[in-house]
This record gives sequence, structure tokens and C-alpha cells, in this order.
Amino acid sequence: MKTDALIAMLARADAPVAPRAVDRRLGATVAAGLTLTLIVVLATLGARADLGAAAQLPMFWWKLVVPLTVGTLSFIAVRRLASPGRRSGAAVAVGALLLGVLWTVAGADVAAAPAAARSAQVLGHSAVPCVALIAMLSLPILAALFAGLRSLAPTRLRAAGGAAGALAGGIAAAAYAVHCNEMTLPFVAVWYVLGMALPAVLGALLAPRWLRWA
Amino acid sequence: MEDVEETLRASLLLALAGDNEAYAAFLTRSGAHLRAYFRRRLVTSPNEVEDLVQETLLALHNRRHTYQTTQRLTPWLYAIARYKLVDLLRAQSPRRQLEVSLDDDEGASELVPADASPGESQRDLLKLLDTLPERHRLPIILVKLEGRSVVEAAAATGMSAAAVKVGIHRGLKKLAAEAGKRR
Repeated sequence: MKTDALIAMLARADAPVAPRAVDRRLGATVAAGLTLTLIVVLATLGARADLGAAAQLPMFWWKLVVPLTVGTLSFIAVRRLASPGRRSGAAVAVGALLLGVLWTVAGADVAAAPAAARSAQVLGHSAVPCVALIAMLSLPILAALFAGLRSLAPTRLRAAGGAAGALAGGIAAAAYAVHCNEMTLPFVAVWYVLGMALPAVLGALLAPRWLRWA
Repeated sequence: MEDVEETLRASLLLALAGDNEAYAAFLTRSGAHLRAYFRRRLVTSPNEVEDLVQETLLALHNRRHTYQTTQRLTPWLYAIARYKLVDLLRAQSPRRQLEVSLDDDEGASELVPADASPGESQRDLLKLLDTLPERHRLPIILVKLEGRSVVEAAAATGMSAAAVKVGIHRGLKKLAAEAGKRR
């Protein structure tokens, strides 16, 4: 087949393409991921028993703000990386900066606490389930995001996979926060961050093989 | 000098809105730039050039929905070209991928002069088309090659109009995947 014939074939009877395909594809995945993960958390782990009272405290909301910020920044990066020729942009730098702020504030919290209470403040009582559950809850979302990305056209595969992992982690951690009854910022700064970092690393590792498209 | 970025971008935007003539013009011009780009990078295997041009045109088509209207067009185009080039070099020899890193600046404004004289392609996409299952092959042949309407193709095959459209869409993606495998 000559190249001219191929071009004629591709252009013939080509229907208009709906605009903003990247946003629609990724947006739908994120909305479904957040909704389904929240349902799974509520149905299996359950909301924390004192949800009504906890919602009066700022710490409850900070635990949501951290993952939702990670999720938002990752979404911005993923939607850029889903198109050929774009880099992750400022989202990574902003994320690193905010992580620095989080760790500084959490460090100050720990330093201000009485010596005897410090380790409890960081370790809490649910560090292992927190990390494990956030990572596990993120896996189906990561799989859905990978499927979405494969229908788009990432060319920086590792970056796209890592950003997709962080996005999945952010969604999972936000849903998990409704169940979790830890109430210290240092706990969030260590274990939530680790729980979200695991899918990010996994995404970057799997990307070269699993995000390839033809 | 004519602004390649603006010309290509304008024709792709028209094409995405449904202007098939503008789309043919976009693909033809893109093909010429891709040919020059690949000829400069495949000095040792010039007979791969036209296959890679065709494969990249197929990729541009299958991924045309990923062009975000706020981004520059040429980096988008050359990022896909580079992606396809790296695929080929990896298939040729695992060692040669060292020559081209995917993380290079993806031709931020890599404007290669055009080369409008096609070489011979080694692989025949039409033969490859014959290997696709009927539900993909027939809609492509009837609509995209013979120029029949979707409704006519649906009547001729007994498929629904929606299935014909899906068949074309998925079939061209499959064709791209098969072309990538047969190296």
C-alpha cells in the first residue's frame, strides 16, 4: 500500500472527533474510582464510629486535604502526560514543595509534644493497616487509569505511570481517611504518604511494559 | 518562510472538526516531515523509512484525540514520531535503543524540512488488513477503501451502523498493533 493510498484511506469518511477526549477519559476514571473506593471502604471497613464528632475537628479535614492535594496535582500531571510531547509540568515541583511543608509542620508537632508522647504521635495504632489498605485500595484504580492511558498516548511512560500511581494512591487515601481514626498530622505525614508512594512506585515500575501502545 | 506549526495545527483542528480534505492535507504534510525526520535517523536502514512513516501516520490517526488544543502541534507530532522510532530501534536490536532515549527533549520545536517523495514500503498494510477478523476488516474495506457510507456498509454486512463505526475504529488500532509486531 502506497503512503498516499493510506492517507486517502485514513481521511475518507472520517467523523469529527469529540474534543477534550483526554479530560473526559481520565475524569470519568477518577470519578468512578473515587466513588467505588468510597463505597468499598464504607461497606467493608465502615466509616469511623465517631464520624459526626470527628468532622468537627480540623484534623479530620487535614487528613482529607493531604490525599486530595496529591490526587489533584497527580491528575494535572497525568492529563498532561497522556498527550505526546508534554512533560509533567509544575505539578511535581509544587508537590515536592508541599510535601516539604507537610513534613516541616509534622516535625514541629513532634518536637512540641512531650517526649513520652512522641512515638505514639508518629506510630499511632494503625500504621501497618493504614499503609497496606491505602496501597491495596489503590490497585484497582491504578489498573483503570492504566487502561485509560493506553487508550490515550503517553510517550513518557515512567512519568505517566508514576503520576497515575500517585493519583490512585491519593484517591485511595482520601477514601480510607473516612474510616481511619488517627488524629495526628505526623501520622499522616509518614504513613499516608508511604501508602500513596507505594502505588506511585509500582506505577512507574510497570509503565514501560504496560503502558506501551502501538 | 511559512510557519509549519501554524499550518499543520490549523489543518488538524479543521480535521478534528470533521473536514476530511483538511485531514488529508494534514496527513500528507505530516508524512513529508516524518519522512525527512526518519531519513535522517535511519541512515543505516533506509528501507525502513517508508514503513515507519506509514506506521506513524496510522498512530497519528489512532491517537488524534490526544491532541489537546492548547498544546503546540509539532512537539506532539514529533513525540509520536520519536516513540515509533524508538520502538523500531528496540526491535532491530536491543543495543541500539541506547542511541535514542525516550526522555530526550521530544523535539520541542524540531522542524525538519519536508520530504515529499515517498520511498517504497516493505510491508503492505493491505495484506496486513486481510489478517484482521471480519468485523474489523469488512467495515474498513467498505467505508475507508471503497468509500461506501456507514449505512451502506451496515446493510451489506448485516452489522449495525454502530458496529461498523466501532469496527473501523478498533480495526485501525489493531492494524497498528499488527504492524508493530511484524518486524
